[in-house]
Amino acid sequence: MKTHNNRAWFLILPVILCVAFSAILPLMTIVNYSVQDILGPTQHVFVGTEWFRMVMRDSELHGALYRQMIFSLSVLAIEIPLGILVALTMPAQGWKASMSLVLIALPLLIPWNVVGTIWQIFGRGDIGLLGYAVNHAGISYNYTGDSIDAWVTVLVMDIWHWTPLVVLLCYAGLRAIPDAYYQAAKIDGASRWAVFRFIQLPKLRNVLMIAVLLRFMDSFMIYTEPFVLTGGGPGNATTFLSQYLTQKAVGQFDLGPAAAFSLIYFLIILLFCFVLYNWMQRVGTGDKK
Amino acid sequence: MLLALENVSKKVGAEDHIYPLSISLVPGTINVLLGTTKAGKTTLMRLMAGLDKPTEGRVVAGGQDVTGVSVRERDLAMVYQQFINYPSFTVFDNIASPLRIKGVPESEIKKRVTEMAERLHITPYLQRFPAELSGGQQQRTAMARALIKEAGLLLLDEPLVNLDYKLREELRNELTELFSEGKTTVVYATTEPLEALQLGGQVAVLHEGRLLQSGPTLDVFNAPGSIQAARTFSDPPINLMHATLDANGMAQLGGGLVLQLSPEQMQKAAGHKEVELGLRAHSLRLAARYPDDVAIEAEVELAEISGSETYVHVHRGRIALVAQLPGVHDLALGSRCSLYCRPGDLFLYAPDGKLLFAPTLTQAGV
Amino acid sequence: MARIELVDLAHAYRPNPTQPSDYALRPMNMQWDDGGAYALLGPSGCGKTTLLNIISGLLRPSHGRVLFDGKDVTELPPEARNIAQVFQFPVIYDTMTVFDNLAFPLRNRGWKTADINKRVQQVAEMLELSSDLKHRASGLSVDAKQKISLGRGLVRPDVAAVLFDEPLTVIDPHLKWLLRRKLKEIHHELKLSLIYVTHDQVEALTFADKVVVMTQGEVVQAGTAQELFEQPAHTFVGYFIGNPGMNLLPCKINGGAVHIEGSTIPLPPKVSAALDGADGKTTLGIRPEFVECEVEPQPDTTPATVTSVRNLGTHYLAEFRVGEHTIAAKLRQLSAAAGDKVWLRLPAERTLYYVNDKRVA
Repeated sequence: MKTHNNRAWFLILPVILCVAFSAILPLMTIVNYSVQDILGPTQHVFVGTEWFRMVMRDSELHGALYRQMIFSLSVLAIEIPLGILVALTMPAQGWKASMSLVLIALPLLIPWNVVGTIWQIFGRGDIGLLGYAVNHAGISYNYTGDSIDAWVTVLVMDIWHWTPLVVLLCYAGLRAIPDAYYQAAKIDGASRWAVFRFIQLPKLRNVLMIAVLLRFMDSFMIYTEPFVLTGGGPGNATTFLSQYLTQKAVGQFDLGPAAAFSLIYFLIILLFCFVLYNWMQRVGTGDKK
Repeated sequence: MLLALENVSKKVGAEDHIYPLSISLVPGTINVLLGTTKAGKTTLMRLMAGLDKPTEGRVVAGGQDVTGVSVRERDLAMVYQQFINYPSFTVFDNIASPLRIKGVPESEIKKRVTEMAERLHITPYLQRFPAELSGGQQQRTAMARALIKEAGLLLLDEPLVNLDYKLREELRNELTELFSEGKTTVVYATTEPLEALQLGGQVAVLHEGRLLQSGPTLDVFNAPGSIQAARTFSDPPINLMHATLDANGMAQLGGGLVLQLSPEQMQKAAGHKEVELGLRAHSLRLAARYPDDVAIEAEVELAEISGSETYVHVHRGRIALVAQLPGVHDLALGSRCSLYCRPGDLFLYAPDGKLLFAPTLTQAGV
Repeated sequence: MARIELVDLAHAYRPNPTQPSDYALRPMNMQWDDGGAYALLGPSGCGKTTLLNIISGLLRPSHGRVLFDGKDVTELPPEARNIAQVFQFPVIYDTMTVFDNLAFPLRNRGWKTADINKRVQQVAEMLELSSDLKHRASGLSVDAKQKISLGRGLVRPDVAAVLFDEPLTVIDPHLKWLLRRKLKEIHHELKLSLIYVTHDQVEALTFADKVVVMTQGEVVQAGTAQELFEQPAHTFVGYFIGNPGMNLLPCKINGGAVHIEGSTIPLPPKVSAALDGADGKTTLGIRPEFVECEVEPQPDTTPATVTSVRNLGTHYLAEFRVGEHTIAAKLRQLSAAAGDKVWLRLPAERTLYYVNDKRVA
């Protein structure tokens, strides 16, 4: 029996080689580092799972993980409903629709470190519009000194930056709902809320699943924006997992523990995504067949 | 091109979509795949086309085993339910696309495309885009594109189902003409028995992934080999009644209704005490026409007038029947009427569903 | 239950329509009796869905008024009109059970739970959905889902009319039979006004007491199935109704007889008088069901050649060539084959004559 598409393998060989160099080989290197203690350029000792155990016990790591979870969950809790809300209010057709799509998408186009810089200046009490206005209104606001202020600023920045993605996905999902459903709901006397709950939300299920997955993964790995904005401070108030990891690896040059942690980090994301995906699939059971 | 499927089956996960079946498709006629929506017609077509690989079995085209061959290398064309055309090409370019891929010179392309457009009556639309055309015109474009390839195998998956009733009628007539010329093997999937009859040729009756029966369309219609095949291949639905036979060939149907079977029927039913009797709707009449006609007294439940025919739903005790009467008959709900039929027109089926006796067609539409 | 009237109703997409082609629906007047079953029949684009949407309130007409029981409802939205609509594809609330789907309109109107239960059980019984009430609606078959869509409309006791927009399109042929029958039973039991839009003449004719045939925004004829079949007032009706449609042959009237290519058929005096002085395109129409075929020449027959014969199981469909024209016939028996010469009889009482597409005799 002939196999199909022999030629296809040759066509993707260059890509495989690139991926090998940029991803697989480094991954293998990481695995290598994670089980060895590197004392010098030529001296490495095999230490087995010692780094893993050490990393798991590290209280600083626990702190960073805890902060990261709070951050990701807050991001999801705010951005998803907000995104749906904005998508619902956007016009469905005509020039107004095109215009609102463009305006909504603007924050997504800005390079991430520029986003961090924008908010860094924006929030400054002396020259920043936001910082100055808030302080002037009587609320003391200083994101470099106060942990809560720093958190709020990082959250607001992320929401401003990434909610448009959720909006665009939901907007596309809403456009795909046939008009007959709305007509039937009208005839049934359904309220606006009922229309949302029983027609729009169920039909957005697939789109929301993608939005939740994307936002979770991205926020769990977030690095550039908070790093530029607060540097992880004040203290380590806004030091999330990726920054902690970088500090460990690059700053302290503890390659062993850093490599071990990288792998754990990778597995955590994988596990969450798997669980999240299956849960959302199960929520919609009964649809097929 | 002679296409044969040998012991082909398709499983998706744990589900059997197609149970092992073998079928030969005859070139030069229309091979109809008849079955309900989930019967497996589309799956089977995809296996024939090479879009899917069978879990088991072989696909043989023109004598060669093409089971693993990708669809791009096969000599076939396909027309779908949804009118599928390249949206960014004009009708002309759409029809020309298979020829351009083959590298046919432009001058010849122009000639062949204009000819094909003539045949399908879409010449005025050659410079338009598919989005500007009506459903019927879009489907004609799709068909022109499929026919121009002059492929050995042409697959049509319920191509007329999204079109208006009248348009369907017209296109069906045109299709029969188009396909009668040529050496192409045509496979046409449909859910409608009437369409199968109008297209003629050969039919394969499918039900829930199984091939129930195949053969010349009229033969299968006149002698459906199983109760399910009879059910699938009848519109209006075939009347099925349970009966107990006694030694003299009297069939007791319950409710005091007794029919005397003909000697031939008795012979074929020998050894069976319980049988299922099948009677086609058009075998029931309002007046006795033949000496051996039997009257069935029943109460009218519903009379549906469709202009050229009236469909009368009656019941007698637990037996429910549908009769197809020519002309207009305004029968009142609840009124009593007598329907006549010849016991010789009854199909006999064994309790396990197998055909025991099929009435010979002395004339169409008794 | 409602008597529906359309007064000078028309719909144009542009504000100042001048010619017929500017109208999606040409000006019309119609009365539909309380409790009747009506069908709007016509090809795609003829305006039947537009008309249905105007009646249901989903579309406001540009001209004219809609009256329910004498009350002007033209400005009222659908939910204020006490109508229900069933669409081409089942519209159900996926996340709810069948019971909740049927209860939804009643809950929205603030009904008490006990009353809701009773009513839903009643409707479910009528539609044979009682055993599925606890199941999730999204898991059922297509025809069951359409029944749910219908049920949601029937569950409101104050529903005046149920409107159907090609509801059987996605249903298999033998399930269509059952659903059609179910619709008729419901109509009989509940005596609601039912308006059914379709392009399938069998559906329209079997379902409705009166069928309104439309083409290109215009109502061409409204009548019972028998009237439309035996006395089509317009060539379009002759062509559209019947499978196959009516044979329409251009002809010339001269000297008390009709001349079709190659033959002359004398006209009965009444017909001849009606056609006298007719100015315009004359067409002869006869349904394939009424054409008779003889193998020997008889008086008052026309010679023809058989071009094709098809055995359709219940009858033969034969096509004959008369001069330049084709005549189709549905025959019980036919002993001729393609290429044979035969003689066709067109019974005078079944032959109709049209001038400029409108029936004259």
